[in-house]
Amino acid sequence: MAPGEFLALLGGSGSGKSTLLRLIAGFEAPDQGRILLDGADLSPLPPHRRPVGMMFQGYALFPHLSVFDNVAYGLRRDGVARAEIARRVDEALAMVGLEETARRKPHQLSGGQRQRVALVRALVRRPRLLLLDEPLAALDAGLRERTGLELRAIQRATGAGFVMVTHDQAEALALADRVAVLEQGRLAQLATPMALYERPASRFVARFLGAANVLEGRASGSVIAGPGCALRPAEAVPDGDAAVALRPERIRLVAAAPAENGVAATVTDIAYRGDTWLVLAEAGGTTLRVTLPAGAAPPAQGAQVALAWDAASLVVLRG
Amino acid sequence: MRGAVALPFLWLLALVAAPLLILAVIAASTAADGIPPFALPTGWQGLADNLAVLADDPLYAAALLRALVVAGVTGALCLLLGYPMALAIARAAPARRPVLLLLVLLPFWIGFLLRISAWIGLLRDEGWINGVLLALGLIAAPLPMLYSDGALLVGMVHSYLPFAVLPLFAALTRLDPTLEEAAGALGARPAVAFWTVTLPLSLPGALAGFLLVFIPAAGEFVIPELLGPPEAQLVGRVLWTEFFQNRDWPLAAALALALLVLLVPSILLFQRLEARA
Amino acid sequence: MYLGLAFLWAPVLLLAGYAFSADRIPFQWGGFSTRWFAALAANDRLMEAALLSLRVAAGAATLAVILGGLAGFALARTGAFRGRAVFGALAGAPLVLPEVVTGLSLLLLFVALAGLTGWPAERGATTVLLAHATIGLAYVAVVVQARLAGQGREMEEAAASLGARPLVAFCTVTLPLMAPALAAGWLMAFTLSLDDVVVASFVSGPAGTTLPIYLFSRIKVGLTPEINALGVVILGVAGVALGLAAWLLRPRRA
Repeated sequence: MAPGEFLALLGGSGSGKSTLLRLIAGFEAPDQGRILLDGADLSPLPPHRRPVGMMFQGYALFPHLSVFDNVAYGLRRDGVARAEIARRVDEALAMVGLEETARRKPHQLSGGQRQRVALVRALVRRPRLLLLDEPLAALDAGLRERTGLELRAIQRATGAGFVMVTHDQAEALALADRVAVLEQGRLAQLATPMALYERPASRFVARFLGAANVLEGRASGSVIAGPGCALRPAEAVPDGDAAVALRPERIRLVAAAPAENGVAATVTDIAYRGDTWLVLAEAGGTTLRVTLPAGAAPPAQGAQVALAWDAASLVVLRG
Repeated sequence: MRGAVALPFLWLLALVAAPLLILAVIAASTAADGIPPFALPTGWQGLADNLAVLADDPLYAAALLRALVVAGVTGALCLLLGYPMALAIARAAPARRPVLLLLVLLPFWIGFLLRISAWIGLLRDEGWINGVLLALGLIAAPLPMLYSDGALLVGMVHSYLPFAVLPLFAALTRLDPTLEEAAGALGARPAVAFWTVTLPLSLPGALAGFLLVFIPAAGEFVIPELLGPPEAQLVGRVLWTEFFQNRDWPLAAALALALLVLLVPSILLFQRLEARA
Repeated sequence: MYLGLAFLWAPVLLLAGYAFSADRIPFQWGGFSTRWFAALAANDRLMEAALLSLRVAAGAATLAVILGGLAGFALARTGAFRGRAVFGALAGAPLVLPEVVTGLSLLLLFVALAGLTGWPAERGATTVLLAHATIGLAYVAVVVQARLAGQGREMEEAAASLGARPLVAFCTVTLPLMAPALAAGWLMAFTLSLDDVVVASFVSGPAGTTLPIYLFSRIKVGLTPEINALGVVILGVAGVALGLAAWLLRPRRA
């Protein structure tokens, strides 16, 4: 992880993303391996000695302390002088627009305000690394997008490294510099959001991000015999069993299916999704997800359609 | 639905409300020879007279005060001993908690009087502790331990300890464990995290535990009778003597009423704590 | 933790251990013997008191479960009704009143009743039972109310939407929900009654010597090893009851 980077750990429940966070924070001990920060091993240090901040999922604000005392808590542990504490806490609260609430108790704040108190409480000690456990999960949908962008702005302003755990792929793609996708405790792929979305490395990543179609078949001479169609990706494919990812929005309706990179299919279901139509079409025993712009007239259920896509849209999966 | 309310309501009116009302009426009566040994009150004068007797006679005031002090010390000792126990149980693995709780509660199943009798057997001059100390040559003559304030407090704490442990345990398990982790992530050593986060947040539970010991302990009269010093009487014993031996019913009722009034703030505080938890 | 447990257990274990001592002075070792258990069984007055206590406790606990179950249900489910605050306060009062106050006020009630109606002509087992049922009622009501409050009303509402009349819904849904609380409440009321000295001393008469009253008078005079033996018997019964409860409540596979 690079200094000042915003890294997202993305995975479903049980993928080990929270455990990884707790390992870095020191609440759990690794069975093997080391945790390095700037080349130094953190493993022997108890949580309170690590130069790592953490924002908890439920925020873990101290209910008996005021907002000011919550934010000042870490500075007091560090033995910072009183005047300095007051200055830094005021500054931190001002950064998130909470100067007015300093005397209130956590239960008198709104969800969004609590979230910001938890954030500045973890940041005010200026940790080199801040861990965020589902920082937006407890917020209303309407608040989530705006707060996420604020989070990224604060990360850029402070220059601290952020490690955010989330199960929401849109959140991870929108906020992080790089995203690590975890599958059952293993790292499935680590890449920038764009690379992750455009070039998933494995079936798991392709399905997890954006619900891509994964087409299986046997490759021979860079052509894959897929379900009822011939797939010719732009890149070379080694002979043998192969799988490619194809994003639903990259599939077009055409008048007649081409011999390669196209297929004749039967529409089994359609759903209106506001900005797009989702069309499920069956071909060669496989159901394809196709998204069409909302402006276009959708095919009727049961209709025979011809689908086509570009060679560059096929991503060869290696795992 | 109506029956669900009516039946217990009538029962409670008859066996809780009516007795307290009668207690108040008799506390306002004047003592008289006869059966029953009092004359019904004519006004508030009787109650005022009875309360004046309680206030004037040092025996009654001292018995009330002593009972409150003993109950308070018992409550404080129960907290001191019970807090580490409740904390250890709350921090134990969830599968082990029921076993530990049972270990705290099981000694109570043997019965209150038998536990007190065990303490008599341990503490008296020819008792087990003196026997062991004599055999070890640590003392030359038996230490007089029974019938002292110390013996009284030992017996009280032994009897009331679970009343303090249970609310403390409930309060400690209700605490969000991530709060201490958050304190750790903010640089607090475990001891500091406990002192600045867990302890202040468990204070309502501690207060509830204290009151749950204090309120019944204030009226206790069996343990002082069996273990405590004979000359210094607590209010429960004095009340018993006034009623059954001196047959001064109005005075005994006034004494009960005085005890009740002194405890009302504690009772209300306890109920507020319970309602909030 | 261990210090506290040692403090709680040491006297109990010593008492149990010395129950098997042959010596006539309790807590003096005189060789292994079960003679005090035989003496215990031969002590008619003690056995009589114990039997009476068990009967009173069972009766009081059963009454307490019926009345307390209704009271807890009423407090948790019937919403607002006239006198609800008074009802709640009365149901909670026996939990927080000092025993001497409860005992004295109940005694005065029984005396007043006897003066007005001629009943109860003599105080004894019945008056103790009524007193214990009243205290037990409060405990049961609290447990039942907490249990029902924790469950919410969705269950009864679901039963109603499936066509159950209120009484049917109560019997088929609410009552089974309350069952664990009723069982726990019965046990609480039962042990409370078995262990009570103070209230029983006030409201009992010559014909109502319960086990605690008998023991209190015995212990005031002096200790005997029989009492230690009784402790072992009680611990044994409690242990068996506990094992039985653990067996009944053992986790079963669905």
